[in-house]
Amino acid sequence: MAVGSSTDLGATQAADLTPPPPGPRAGRGRLRLPRSPKVLIGLGGLAVFLVLAVIGPWIAPYNPSRAFSTTASFPQPPSAAHLLGTTQQQQDVFSQLLAGGRSTILVAFVAGLLATVLSVLIGVTAGYAAGLADDLLSMLANFFLVMPALPLLIVVFGFLPQSQGGDDVLIGAIIAITGWAFGARVLRAQTLSLRNRDYVESARIIGERGWRIIGFEILPNLIPILASSFLFTVLYGVGTYTALAFLGLVNPNHLSWGGMLFYAQVAGAEQSGYWWLFIPPGLAVALLGTSLALLNFGIDEFINPRLRAAGLSRRRARRDQAAGAARPPRRFVLGMTPVIHSTPLTAVNGAGLKDFPERPGTEPSLLADGRPDASRRWRGRRPQ
Amino acid sequence: MYVISRRIGFYVLTAIAAVTVDFFIPRVMPGNPVNAVLAKMQGAVVTKATLHALQVEFGSGTREGIWGQYVHYWGNILHGNLGISTSNGMVPVTTVIRGALPWTLGLVGTATVLSFILGTLLGVLVAWRRGSWLDTLLPATTFFQAAPYFFLAFLAIDLFAIKLGWFPAGSARSTLDFPALNWTYISDVLDHAILPALTIVVASAAGWIVGMRNVMITTMDEDYVLIAQAKGLKKRRVIWYAARNAILPSISGFSLAIGFVVSGALLTEIVFSYPGLGFILLSAVQEADYALLQGIFLVITMAVLIANLAADFVYVFLDPRTRQEA
Repeated sequence: MAVGSSTDLGATQAADLTPPPPGPRAGRGRLRLPRSPKVLIGLGGLAVFLVLAVIGPWIAPYNPSRAFSTTASFPQPPSAAHLLGTTQQQQDVFSQLLAGGRSTILVAFVAGLLATVLSVLIGVTAGYAAGLADDLLSMLANFFLVMPALPLLIVVFGFLPQSQGGDDVLIGAIIAITGWAFGARVLRAQTLSLRNRDYVESARIIGERGWRIIGFEILPNLIPILASSFLFTVLYGVGTYTALAFLGLVNPNHLSWGGMLFYAQVAGAEQSGYWWLFIPPGLAVALLGTSLALLNFGIDEFINPRLRAAGLSRRRARRDQAAGAARPPRRFVLGMTPVIHSTPLTAVNGAGLKDFPERPGTEPSLLADGRPDASRRWRGRRPQ
Repeated sequence: MYVISRRIGFYVLTAIAAVTVDFFIPRVMPGNPVNAVLAKMQGAVVTKATLHALQVEFGSGTREGIWGQYVHYWGNILHGNLGISTSNGMVPVTTVIRGALPWTLGLVGTATVLSFILGTLLGVLVAWRRGSWLDTLLPATTFFQAAPYFFLAFLAIDLFAIKLGWFPAGSARSTLDFPALNWTYISDVLDHAILPALTIVVASAAGWIVGMRNVMITTMDEDYVLIAQAKGLKKRRVIWYAARNAILPSISGFSLAIGFVVSGALLTEIVFSYPGLGFILLSAVQEADYALLQGIFLVITMAVLIANLAADFVYVFLDPRTRQEA
C-alpha cells in the first residue's frame, strides 16, 4: 500500500538502487526474455526435444517396427534388452519413443509456422486496412475460433484416404488451417493500436508505401506477440496431432507418439497395467507441451511486465539483505522490488504509524504483497 | 439488445457455415467415400436403396448438380435427417446420437462448470498471493494442461481404478438395463462419472487459472482497488471488487476454451469407454461411418455455438458497457 513512495520516509531502504550494468544482450530490438527459471526450463526442454527430433531415429537402439518375438502375445515389461519393454506386437518401446518424436515435432512446427504466416497475413491486414476488409477478415477469424477444431479435423481426416494419412507436411498444413484464428485476432488488435501511433503516422506522411509501413514499422513491434502465438500454435499442433493419431485417423503405420498411444489403447494398456505402453509417449507429449507453455509464459511476462513474479517475494529480499554484500546486487525494477525497513517506521509528520491502519499480518512496507502503488503508472512500458 | 441480436446473427451464420463445410468435405476430399463405406460393410446385404442413399449423401453417381445437392442436403438437415449409420445396423444417425448425447452433456457440462469455478477461484488466489508458494501451482497445472486429456485418463484409470480400486474403470453404469430412477441407480451413475469428470476438470482448470491470474494481476493495479484498500476495507471485500472486474475476459475467452474442453472430453470418454459422443465417434472413425461422423460434428458444433451464445448473454448481463453500445 502506498504509504508514500517518495523520499519522505528516510528509513526506507531499497535493496539496491544502482542501475544494472547494461548486459551484452541489451541491444535495441533484441527480444530480451526475462531470465526466469520458467523460461530457462522451457528453452532447455524445447532444445532437447528439437535435438531428439533430428537424431532420434538414428540413436534408437532397434528398428522401431521390428517384432522381436513371434511367440509372446502380451506386451513384455521393461528389461535390460528392452529398456521400456515391448508393445503388443513385440516392438521395442524405447526405440519407438526415440523415433516417434520426429513426426510429432515436425507436424507441430509445420502447423505453427503455416498458421503464424496465415495469422500475420490475415490479422495484420485486417488491423491495418480497417473498414469492410477488416469486418470480413475478422468475421472469418471468428468463424474459425468458434468452430470446434478437433471434430472438424476428425471429419476431414476421416475422409482423407489412408495413403495420404502419413504425410507430415500435409497433416501440419491441415492442422494449421484450424489453428491460425487466435493469433490473427491478437495480431489484429495490436495492429489496430499501432497503426495510429505517431511514428506510423509520420511514415505515412513521408509517403511510405503500405507494405513498407507494415513490414518495417509495424511488424517489428509485433514480434513478441508473434512469438507467443507461434508457440501457442505449436502447442496446439502437438495436442491436435497426438489426438488425431490416438484416434487412428493418421496412418497407423506412421510412427508418432500419438500413434503409440493409439496402440496402447488397442492393447487395453490402462486396464491391464501395461504402463510402459502409455506413460513414455504421454509423458513425452506432456513435457514437450510444458516446455512450450513455460516459454510462452516468459514471452507473456515480456509483453506484460506486471505478470512477473520474480523478485516479488519479501522473504527472498530479506534473505538477500541478511547476506549483505556477499550477494550480487539485485536488479532494481521500479515498483517491483520489495522494500524492507531496516528500522521500524517512526512518526511521519507527528502522526504515529498506528494512525495508518495496516492490514493484519503485514509489516509496514511500501509494497505489501507486492501491491502496486499509485506512482507506478508508467510501468506498463517495456523495460529497456 | 443490438449487441445480442448481432451475436445471434453471427452464430446463425457460423452454424450455416458449419453445415456448408460439412456438406463440402466429402465432395472435395480425394478418394471415394461410397466405396470406402461399402468396403467396410463387407458381408452386409447392400440394397439398391442403401447404395442410392450413400450416393446422395456423398454426391457421387447422382445427376443433380452441386447446387441441387446442397439444397437437398439442407432439406434433409432441417427435417432432422442426418443420414443412416452404417456401423450400427442402418439405424438413423439421429437415433444413435440421441442415445449418446445425454451422457456427454451431463459429463462435459458438469466438468466444464466445475473447472471454470475452481480455476477462476484458484486464479484469484494465485494472483492475490503473488510471490508466495502458490506460484509453484502454475508450472504444475501447466503440465496437466499440456498433457493430452486422454493421457491423464490413462493415468487415472491405471492408478485410481486398477491399482487402488476406488472407482470403476470404465463405462457409465453397472447394468445395461434401466431400472427405476432410484438412489441405487443414481449413485451408480455418479460413481462411474467421478473419475472421467475429475480428469476433465484437472486437465482444463489450468487454462482458467492462468487466464484469471493474468487479468487479476492487471486489475489489482487499478486505482479503485487501491482506494478500496486505502479505505481499510476487509481483504475479502477488496478481492471481491477486483475479481468481479477481472472475470469478464475469462467469460469472453470462453468461446476459445469451450472447443478445447469439448474436444478433450470426447477423447477422455473414449479411454473411459463412456457411452457418450466421443465413444460413438471412435466407432464411426473405425468403421468409416461417414454419416455418423458428420452428424457428430454438426451436433458438437451446434452445442458449442449454443454454449458460446450463453456465455455472450452472461457477458452482456454482467458488463453494462456492452449494453450502452449503440
